Amino acid sequence: MFDALSERFEGIFGRLRSRGRLTPKDLDEVAREIRLALIEADVNLRAIMQFIARVKEQASGAEVAKSLSPAQQVIKIVHDELVATLGGTTGKLTMSPKPPTVVMLAGLQGSGKTTAAGKLARLLKAQGLQPLLVGADLQRPAAVEQLRILAERVDVPFYSEQSAPADVARGAMEEAARLGRNVVIVDTAGRLQIDAALMDELRGVRDVAMPHNTLLVVDAMTGQEAVNVAEAFNDAVGLDGVILTKIDGDARGGAALSVKEVVGKPILFAGTGENLEDFEPFHPDRMASRILGMGDVLTLIEKAEEAFDEEQVRKAEAILRQGQFDLDDFLGQLQQVKKMGPLQGVIGMLPGVPKEVKDAQIDDRELARVEAIIHSMTMEERRNPAIVNGSRRVRIARGSGTTTSDVNNLLKQFKQMQQMMRGMGFGRPGKKGKRPRLPVPGL
Amino acid sequence: MRGIAGRAVDEETWEELEEALILADVGLPTTGRLLDAVRARAAAEKVGDTDSVVAILREEIAALLDGSTGRDLVVEPGEPNVWLFVGVNGVGKTTTIGKLAAQQSDAGRSVVLAAADTFRAAAAEQLQLWGERVGAAVVRGQEGADPGSVIYDAMAAASGRSADLVLVDTAGRLHTKVNLMEELKKLRRIVDRTAGACKEVLLVIDATTGQNGLAQARQFAEAVDVTGIALTKLDGTAKGGIVLAIQGELGIPVKIVGVGEGVDDLMAFDPAEFAAALFE
Repeated sequence: MFDALSERFEGIFGRLRSRGRLTPKDLDEVAREIRLALIEADVNLRAIMQFIARVKEQASGAEVAKSLSPAQQVIKIVHDELVATLGGTTGKLTMSPKPPTVVMLAGLQGSGKTTAAGKLARLLKAQGLQPLLVGADLQRPAAVEQLRILAERVDVPFYSEQSAPADVARGAMEEAARLGRNVVIVDTAGRLQIDAALMDELRGVRDVAMPHNTLLVVDAMTGQEAVNVAEAFNDAVGLDGVILTKIDGDARGGAALSVKEVVGKPILFAGTGENLEDFEPFHPDRMASRILGMGDVLTLIEKAEEAFDEEQVRKAEAILRQGQFDLDDFLGQLQQVKKMGPLQGVIGMLPGVPKEVKDAQIDDRELARVEAIIHSMTMEERRNPAIVNGSRRVRIARGSGTTTSDVNNLLKQFKQMQQMMRGMGFGRPGKKGKRPRLPVPGL
Repeated sequence: MRGIAGRAVDEETWEELEEALILADVGLPTTGRLLDAVRARAAAEKVGDTDSVVAILREEIAALLDGSTGRDLVVEPGEPNVWLFVGVNGVGKTTTIGKLAAQQSDAGRSVVLAAADTFRAAAAEQLQLWGERVGAAVVRGQEGADPGSVIYDAMAAASGRSADLVLVDTAGRLHTKVNLMEELKKLRRIVDRTAGACKEVLLVIDATTGQNGLAQARQFAEAVDVTGIALTKLDGTAKGGIVLAIQGELGIPVKIVGVGEGVDDLMAFDPAEFAAALFE
């Protein structure tokens, strides 16, 4: 596997760091790297060509800002262009001035239409709307039953009938009028875009329901095929937007860019998990970072800004530089990090963190244990862990509800971390593979 | 690819071949390795026209896929036989089981279906409908029930009625969800309580899947020792090229291929045919 785009760029630019402006030859080389990175992320080749043409145009005219290295400059251009491409109004349906507003979900088999329908109904209901869920997938065995159960779970009325999909849509519109529902969500059968008969059937449903929002549901793990799918569905029924599902996995999600290049309509929502509440407005900036393999830097920065007290950060930094980092400082940092949410989530967003670390199961309870151990130490012990002898160890273990070997492990790992920090001279970027081990299991 | 037939091989040819492989979701590393091998052979065999080069590429692809041991799904007469179906959400596990149940019934075997996807709403109903369609018994629990107990019951039922085969449907799960993968390991252990019963663990992969398919295969193989791939939805225009990377890097063979929603739309995997279809 290749490294993230930022590292590739650093390589190219390493030798021309001093230069102020990018030459056309540099740009070609950069374009090649962008192409490879986007292929890895499953962006369709055609979409990549269009995208790179725009990036080149932007980059060739750009003045190099003094504060940025050429690599940073190009990354910024690529990232900004990606955000612009993925962007548009998100998380908002087009509401009809005359209710009900109709939403029709379409897509391949298994893309997640039925689940998305249930999640969307929950979201709209929470926003104070009155949705009606409609099961027009008469193809897949028990698909209607699946949606009926989801409707029950989110406490929203449900309509279907055993007839033809277009008739279901007709009946649903009457039902919505009868019940006074202001949003109608129509789930349709999964179909291949090359299946002419089923695409005709979908047009039939559209002609009856006349949706204000015809949304394509796309699996984030989709490869090159995303372009063909989006194009065909757009041609057949005219798409107004996209729902990207299953983004809680580790797919880079290039399909988002492929689809956006083709359809040109906003990606409105993203499915982010197994539960019905795991459904949110799509974030173009986060997706851009993810496609480029740069981690969810922006989200992390936001979270860090919320959680960290600036004064405390400065203090911690000074301490780190002097190499006088004691267990009390560590405890303080631990508590700051905890404010940012579950550790697994925070680490997942960090760029450049090795995959093994991201995949390692980090139990927040382990953090609680570490905290308990430090809390059970006297201030003197925290400042100078070397004085912790056998009897102190037993006391600390008892006080924190842990074992003496837990206490030992923490002290040993902390000592290693201290040595590493001194050795590296904290503040300068460390060499690869020399990352200090934090005294938390799994990290 | 037809456009380049008969031409002399030049750099453009190689670029077009690379594009074709990438568009088929083969991925950069495997594409690079394949084309290196083809270049070497083309040079050694002094081949200069595109037709021959494409033929060599097809051979290399088929050879890569053929490097595996048997593709037949294992059933031992007179023994408990369990096939476990695993994969991420929406790849077609339940449909694949339905079709396989039909084929196995037609072949004269008695089949029990275990609805161990107790998470997705109506997943058991979906399997139940397949069971009725093909005349296979279905063992299911309440929604949200312990999937392990469903498997246990299904194996007991199969043994009680001397059924030949138990097909276990599991809930779709992303390979990155540690707790769900742990649950899957537990399910496998329940099957393994009857030593030798677990004959196949089939990872179902959707042909539209991109590079993430490799990560899926790696994680599922690590968790439950996957014996083969069921490649679904090959009836569309997606090529399913990620199975080349899976075979090449992990040595897991494709065993069956799904080509539609009908009972008969399930076939044995044919490497040569698959290789040819990559360039259609």
